Amino acid sequence: MWKWFHQLASPPHFYRIAPIFSMLLLLPGLALIAYGVYAGLFLAPMDYQQGDAFRIIYIHVPSAYLSMMSYMIMAVAGGIGLIWRMKLAHAVAASAAPLGAWFTFLALATGSIWGRPMWGTWWEWADPRMMSELILLFFYFGYMALRGAIDDTAKADKASAVLALVGVVNVIIVHYSVEWWSSLHQGQTIMAKDGPAMDPGMLYPLLANIFGFTLLFGSLLLRRTRTEVLFRERRTRWVKEMILAPEGQS
Amino acid sequence: MTDHGRQMPGMLVGLIAVARRDLLLAWKRPGDVLNPLFFFAMVCTLFPLAVGPSAEQLTFSGPGVLWVAALLAMLISLNSLFISDFDDGSLEQLLVSPQPLPLVGLGKTAAHWLTSGLPLVLVSPIVAITYRMPGDVVIVLMLTLTLGTISLSLLGSIGAALTVGLHRGTALLSLLILPLSMPVLIIGANTVSLAAGNETYSAGIWALSAYAVGTLSLAPYATAAALRISNE
Amino acid sequence: MEALAMGGYGAYVWTCFGLAAVVLIINEWRIRARQAAVYKEIEVRIKALEDSA
Repeated sequence: MWKWFHQLASPPHFYRIAPIFSMLLLLPGLALIAYGVYAGLFLAPMDYQQGDAFRIIYIHVPSAYLSMMSYMIMAVAGGIGLIWRMKLAHAVAASAAPLGAWFTFLALATGSIWGRPMWGTWWEWADPRMMSELILLFFYFGYMALRGAIDDTAKADKASAVLALVGVVNVIIVHYSVEWWSSLHQGQTIMAKDGPAMDPGMLYPLLANIFGFTLLFGSLLLRRTRTEVLFRERRTRWVKEMILAPEGQS
Repeated sequence: MTDHGRQMPGMLVGLIAVARRDLLLAWKRPGDVLNPLFFFAMVCTLFPLAVGPSAEQLTFSGPGVLWVAALLAMLISLNSLFISDFDDGSLEQLLVSPQPLPLVGLGKTAAHWLTSGLPLVLVSPIVAITYRMPGDVVIVLMLTLTLGTISLSLLGSIGAALTVGLHRGTALLSLLILPLSMPVLIIGANTVSLAAGNETYSAGIWALSAYAVGTLSLAPYATAAALRISNE
Repeated sequence: MEALAMGGYGAYVWTCFGLAAVVLIINEWRIRARQAAVYKEIEVRIKALEDSA
């Protein structure tokens, strides 16, 4: 088992096998999303409170979930890189950041668009989940800004790992403090975005989308990490040999 | 040179020595202490100018405005936490000293709080009165600011350690610290608002205390790690 | 047509699904572009080194 782990950490090995696993994640992911989107849009029964607008949930919830999972991955990968000095872990963390930020943006955008017909406003400050998501986006920006500001890759890796680990604790605290704040200031009841109990017809496409998007995210992460590894290892011999080899891989 | 027969100074002595040095340096440069305070006062002046000085507006927005201004003033003062030591090489000396680095960081952070957080707390009643804040609410304000600025100094030291020596570190520092300081801001400002509205506010005080204690125990380690990384 | 209208909320729902597709496509492009750029850059550098060697 450890042998596999050590092998995995070897950049040329990872570079070779990543595309395979990426495909292994991509295909089932796309299939699940295809079902989730189709069923969510056309088969799931209409919500009695929100009408057809609730269907936005099929994009909003997976994005929000991924935005948080991505941050966890960033922090854990950074921690692994920091403690066990695994270069690959740092490459994963660096690749997860922009992906996570995109999904955070998507969660915020879809949440805002959903809010317009529901609450009559494009942005409801009092909604704790949207506020937490917005602050998460700031955490992502800070992380990417720190990485960008440090020229030396190894230093940037370690510094951003520390930041991500500090941020993980704070993200949780932010969530609870925003919830408390929202409970103080809620004028009207904020309509819950997901109904009290979900009809199975509504739930299955949602689960499918959550899993599907997660697999898709995994596939994108693997590919991004692969390129990141290539970039970091650009001056090594194995890269040189690979480039010069007769059958050029892309 | 160190005589191996003699005892190494204890950790508390080391911490006090580091803090004392910073306090002496701050004494020689009063601007470092006064500038954030002036900034605090000026920001608090901006709001009535921009939004109108009606009494209800002032009492309503007072807790929030004062808290935001205090947060921004702390941000300004945090810039210089490690910079001067970095510039003249004393930071490197601190890194190789036999004193545990977390304690060194704690000492500097303590001195920082004494020269930025504490003055803010002491000046806040003056500004609070201009916002027509009643005396008992001012007490709550000072209490929340005390607890809050302690957490801010500690969290800020992590950010300052991560960005020391970086080109354009100042803007980056703000970007890093603001998300981290949001819980403190939310809880602090809203606790004062609750007090102003004659509601129970003890939950916020407990939360701020817990946060201060939590950051006090954990932040020095993160700061030490960040200092080592920044100075390789 | 009924599907498009989505009970009056059509614009909102379809914009969201469209946004999701756009975000995924953008990420796909950027990943491909970056991989191609990095590969090309290394190729150029190594070929140059080989030529001068």
